[in-house]
Amino acid sequence: MRRTIPLALTFIIGLYPIFAFFVPHARITYANDWLDEALVIVAAFALPLGTVNVIMTNTSKLKKKAKGWPYSIVLLCGLAIMAFYGLIGGTGVHPSFQWMFVNMVSPLQATMFALLSFYVASAAYRAFRARNIEATILLIAAIIVMLGRIPFGDMVTGGRMTPLSEWIMSIPNAAAQRGIIIGAALGAASMSIRIILGIERTYLGTGKD
Amino acid sequence: MKRPLLFVLAAVSLFLASQILSPPVFAQEIQGLRVHDTPGDGGESVTLEWEGGPSAFVTIMRSESRGGPFEEVGSTFGADGLYQDYVEAGIAYYYQISYQLGDEGYLTAQVGPAVARSNWFRSYRVNALILACLMFGLVIFYINAAKRGKDLYIRRIAGISAIDEAVGRATEMGKKIMYIPGIMSISDIQTIASLSILSHVAKQTAIYGADIEVPNKDPLTYTAARETVKQAYMEAGRPDQFREDMVTYITYDQFAYAAAVSGKMVRERPATNFLIGYFFAESLILAETGQSTGAIQIAGTAAPTQLPFFVTTCDYTLMGEELYAASAYLSREPILLGSIKAQDIAKAIIIITVAVGLVEYFFGSSVIKDFLVSR
Repeated sequence: MRRTIPLALTFIIGLYPIFAFFVPHARITYANDWLDEALVIVAAFALPLGTVNVIMTNTSKLKKKAKGWPYSIVLLCGLAIMAFYGLIGGTGVHPSFQWMFVNMVSPLQATMFALLSFYVASAAYRAFRARNIEATILLIAAIIVMLGRIPFGDMVTGGRMTPLSEWIMSIPNAAAQRGIIIGAALGAASMSIRIILGIERTYLGTGKD
Repeated sequence: MKRPLLFVLAAVSLFLASQILSPPVFAQEIQGLRVHDTPGDGGESVTLEWEGGPSAFVTIMRSESRGGPFEEVGSTFGADGLYQDYVEAGIAYYYQISYQLGDEGYLTAQVGPAVARSNWFRSYRVNALILACLMFGLVIFYINAAKRGKDLYIRRIAGISAIDEAVGRATEMGKKIMYIPGIMSISDIQTIASLSILSHVAKQTAIYGADIEVPNKDPLTYTAARETVKQAYMEAGRPDQFREDMVTYITYDQFAYAAAVSGKMVRERPATNFLIGYFFAESLILAETGQSTGAIQIAGTAAPTQLPFFVTTCDYTLMGEELYAASAYLSREPILLGSIKAQDIAKAIIIITVAVGLVEYFFGSSVIKDFLVSR
């Protein structure tokens, strides 16, 4: 029973969106939209579980004085203060909440995003080392594309770099990407069929009854 | 073999470029304006079609009664010859188009009535239906073949074969394994595929006595991952070794999650990092941090925009379809392998169809090309 009910639900709810994909009638799409909304409601129920886990994990760290315990204090204080102002005044209204979001959360997010530029540089350095013929082709293609995206490239080549760069992006690059996408789509379809038919059960925690 | 193939591809590219660069010729005046219920929709629109039209924007005018008054409801490029107007179902509508040719203004004769109605089949998706039926049929056929004991050859996938090796390495080093299941919810098929691999990894860690940590960004994925790991430890006969802090919830914010997991990688220096699931911009932050700590890294995603980052920073990468094949490959169950075989056959059919379509296109016909267009 512990397996049969989830598998039956998976079969019905998995098959219904496929049916709705081909049948546009308002009665069918209404139920499909309702299923999408139900997912949001289920996710809302799961969020407190996550929050409880955050509190439990960090309080346990504090009790044990585990490595990095001061970070847990910062996290728990941040969680409590933001939740307090969010609950009493709403997330987009209360001036204290807004101040913390604009002056603390937002700059921290931007900082993490900005780190990407340095990571791209170090990853590119490793990828572009011309160790073999494939890496050399990659290096040359990358140089052309990069030069094609800046005015300097066109300036030194008399305007030839941008069309060449566009050609690399829209022909060989797009062809390779489409190959991966077609393969991935077939893989997703195959996995979906396995899940809908109840053949693939590992996501439920086990492959057996 | 590779060089002639490259020449063929270059020739095909040049031909297609010449086709695209040929300037289209448009008639000027709008002729044959007609309006009808949009076929295959849920009764939310009517479609206007015409021939000719200026190479400029035209104004679409609508009225609920014959003779007007007409009011402007939208505009479109005149030479497109097509406009879809979103309306209320069951009401009759009349249309006119006004446009400019030089300094002179034109107004077409009114057409209608057209009534939007709910349809029972999206006729334009018949191609998708055929392909879906073909895929279903192939999967069922090969699963039955596997059940009958037919030997199915599946090529070796290096990234999947390295999973057990990576778990063994962490055990030998006495360090933990970090498994990141992407940042999407359980509704994403890549997350489900990731949880299937997590089940295998957790079982291995339970058998070897290694430590695993699964930090989560999505609350639904967190609850599913916790159950998956718990069940894997029970199946391995080591339920006592499972701890609640093995699967943790971090935050719903993308970059706060990336910062927290990167921090853990730097402080705790796991021996092995698995980055399997759907990732966005945080993929490179996580993979590059893991790389800097010297961990062996196995990544897997079907997001083509993130694949280059994983390929450059990880030791093994499961690309696209390999991610979905992993659970079947790891279990070695014939029934699951049957569906992988069906996937390969479907891919071969698509390759042949595209190749035939290309040849057909060279000869001036576009039947296959039109059939493959998705809407």
